[in-house]
Amino acid sequence: MKTAAKIHRRQFLKMTGISGTGLFLGLTYGLEATGKVVKIAKWHGAEGSVSLTPYIFIESSGQITIMNPRPEMGQGTFQALPGIIADELEISLDNVIIRQTSGEKQFDRQVSGGSRSVRGNYVLLRKVGASAREMLKKAASDKWKVPVEECYAEEGKIFHRPTGRNLSYGELAEAASKLDVPKDPPLKDPKDFKIIGKSAHRPDIKMKIAGKAIFGIDVEVPDMVYASVERSPVFGSKIISFDDSAAKKINGVLQVIKAERVVFGKTHYEGVAVIANNYWSALQGRKALKIDWDHQGFDKFNSNDYENKLRELAKSDGLVVFKQGDFDKAISESTSTIESLYETPMVSHSTMEPMNCVAHWKPDGTVEVWVSSQGPTLIKDELSKVFGIPQDNIKVNIMFNGGGFGRRLQSDYASEAAGISKAIGKPVKVIWTREDDTQLGPFRPMTFSAMKGGLDANGKILAFQHKVVSPSLSASRSATYDQSKPDGSMIEGISEQKYEIPNMKNHYVYAEFQIPISAWRSVTSSTLAFAHECFIDELAVKAKKDPLTFRQEMLTKDSDTKKLFTRLREFSNWDKPLPAGWGRGVAQYEFFAGLCGQVVEVSKQPNGSVRIEKVYAVIDLGTVVNPDNVKAQVEGGIVMGIVAATKDGIRFDKGQAIQTNFHNNRMMRINEMPVVEVDIIADGGPTIKGVGEPGLPPLAPALCNAIYACTGKRVRKLPVDLNKI
Amino acid sequence: MPSINLSINNKQYSFDADPQMPLLWAIRDFAGLKGTKFGCGISQCGACTVHLDGKPIRSCSFPVSAAAGHKITTIEGISANGDHPVQQAWIDMQVPQCGYCQSGQIMSAVALLVNNPKPTDEAINTAMQVNICRCGTYQRIRKAIHRAADIMAAEPKKAFGATIK
Ligand code: FES
Ligand code: FES
Repeated sequence: MKTAAKIHRRQFLKMTGISGTGLFLGLTYGLEATGKVVKIAKWHGAEGSVSLTPYIFIESSGQITIMNPRPEMGQGTFQALPGIIADELEISLDNVIIRQTSGEKQFDRQVSGGSRSVRGNYVLLRKVGASAREMLKKAASDKWKVPVEECYAEEGKIFHRPTGRNLSYGELAEAASKLDVPKDPPLKDPKDFKIIGKSAHRPDIKMKIAGKAIFGIDVEVPDMVYASVERSPVFGSKIISFDDSAAKKINGVLQVIKAERVVFGKTHYEGVAVIANNYWSALQGRKALKIDWDHQGFDKFNSNDYENKLRELAKSDGLVVFKQGDFDKAISESTSTIESLYETPMVSHSTMEPMNCVAHWKPDGTVEVWVSSQGPTLIKDELSKVFGIPQDNIKVNIMFNGGGFGRRLQSDYASEAAGISKAIGKPVKVIWTREDDTQLGPFRPMTFSAMKGGLDANGKILAFQHKVVSPSLSASRSATYDQSKPDGSMIEGISEQKYEIPNMKNHYVYAEFQIPISAWRSVTSSTLAFAHECFIDELAVKAKKDPLTFRQEMLTKDSDTKKLFTRLREFSNWDKPLPAGWGRGVAQYEFFAGLCGQVVEVSKQPNGSVRIEKVYAVIDLGTVVNPDNVKAQVEGGIVMGIVAATKDGIRFDKGQAIQTNFHNNRMMRINEMPVVEVDIIADGGPTIKGVGEPGLPPLAPALCNAIYACTGKRVRKLPVDLNKI
Repeated sequence: MPSINLSINNKQYSFDADPQMPLLWAIRDFAGLKGTKFGCGISQCGACTVHLDGKPIRSCSFPVSAAAGHKITTIEGISANGDHPVQQAWIDMQVPQCGYCQSGQIMSAVALLVNNPKPTDEAINTAMQVNICRCGTYQRIRKAIHRAADIMAAEPKKAFGATIK
């Protein structure tokens, strides 16, 4: 994570492709942490604009453009990041043009992921805005020949305090752009923030309610054709032969070719692409294909056998990944002990916008793509790797993402489209069907957790063990996974919760897996939190203690978690009795993305089903940029958590995913939506925590703990069908 | 291929296409109106919801030939400036996250409010169950529909998009 950016001297660049009288000035930002100096390579900017830092462009008309370096997928970077700059720059976002960056080197790595966009850029972007503001002030003071201390910035203008004179940024931009960039610009006092910390409206929402936001699937370029690709739902199948004669008879079908989907830059899957002059024809042509697949034995794979294998593996030790005190001794000395096995399923990302990409491989060997992706940098890396072409030959246009959730950190769908365009010599739009999107992964992996715990005579946890049994995200991604070391992403948070437990020993048992798996919103915390926090509940029950009190008693030292529970207890009215037939459960999880705690209330319905009535969430952030958006993210995390905990998940039979579309890979709908209340702890301080993911992991354990409180049934296997408790 | 004539948002479109092609692709790729989205293709998600003579339909599963002679309204047609009360309410409540499902959500909500100007939560649940939002904006959708009902009640004389017959 970059924490500070050192501003180097500006560079004067004459831009190709920009005509007119405008100057184009750029700065280089060197990243202190890496010692890397990045230069402005190329910017297809507005004509006649000057840049004050690579992020800010000002036209003489006063029009300001701000670059957003993190793709928007619903999480709100389109407002939050430009908003941070705008606040320091003393402008409102209302009339600013916000542009998505396209992987240009001057913006370093541009990836939306890991709940890092705001916390990773907060300091940098404040400095960006503040530098520009100081340069504009200096330009005005030079013009007026007055001390700069007498000048201040407000609403896009610099004012001279004693005389009230003012000049707009548009009038000052050119002069300002010739000045040196202040090394350490003064940052605003947080009490003077006008955007940061306020629930501002997101500028993309106006487009999204009018059907005007352009997603990848909406892009059209001249002479574009369409493609639909038949890929084997059995991972690893090879094409023996295919018959495209019927496909070619479909009106509109132009061509049928072999295609290739490369996952994680290493695994190549074959497919057959039907090219047509409209999408419907391409799809009809695809349905008419006859392909003879050699499944190479991969069609034997099924979830039942694999889960049995994981249960077997749970009996082995694997690798010890964390040790504290003497677990073995403590467990043998415990007054009472329990052991439980928790199981979670694979799930799909199922972004509402299915995977798609428009790609144009041009005659000069360069390639341009228009794509919904979480990272232009990732697309460039991938295309460069797959096709062996330099990054400078790749142009990426990032569109609004119709959901990301980690799926769009992969670039397989972009390189597949680029390969098809290369083969046919035309720009092409490849659209995945929902069936493709559901069945072809990569998926969130399942994790199984073998839990062991012991209580002392006073009902306090003496010994605790979390053993994770699972495939490995690293092994799926890389060709050189070292089994002798634990995969850190598969043991996320299990050794970092703040509970003061004297004796712990955590393990990781690796299970081989051939199906591609990848990060999914909140990664492995989305499953490990379930086991971890439900088992804490089991121990609380065994100790005959209130589950929240039990947790709070394990937090004697000051910590954010301690603070969180104090707040959550009050916020959720924990100590007020619930109506008859209701139950409540609590959980928290702290992991790389941040910290959130939740209380779920459920009720037993006359027909025996369980209904989720209410969810209270407290998220700990330190600093908050847009509180209303934070609440939206937590609400969304809760919904996604409910889907993963209570709906179908992905299961395999005969080598392929059984679930194909939303009828059997069901999503939650509005009638199941509980009332959600979110509270934010933002008491300042230097650390900023993430927003996009922390709201998800506590949901499943808080829900299942509530189900136990309500019905006496302990859920240890997800998904749980709320109609059949 | 036969020629198809469609009236979308009071504009006439004419093109050659497979009569069995779903209306969705005619709207998106032949009329070039990209606000209506593809989500599932099997009437499960509601992303493709448009109005046929004021009634919400799933355009992904509706043959284009059956739409000829009817008035089709898409998200682009409910207001000139994105200021239909439902759209205003959607902004007030900051409903969309990724936004991909929201054209369909709004089309369902507009149709609901035409028939039921003051819907209960129950009525909202029934009408809006056809629309999936993967980002989980349901709570805000519910609040926004109540808000839109209030806005419309305050301006009863104004004819809103979906009421055009
Ligand atoms: S695309 Fe039509 S209902 Fe999903
Ligand atoms: S806002 Fe993203 S699917 Fe609804």
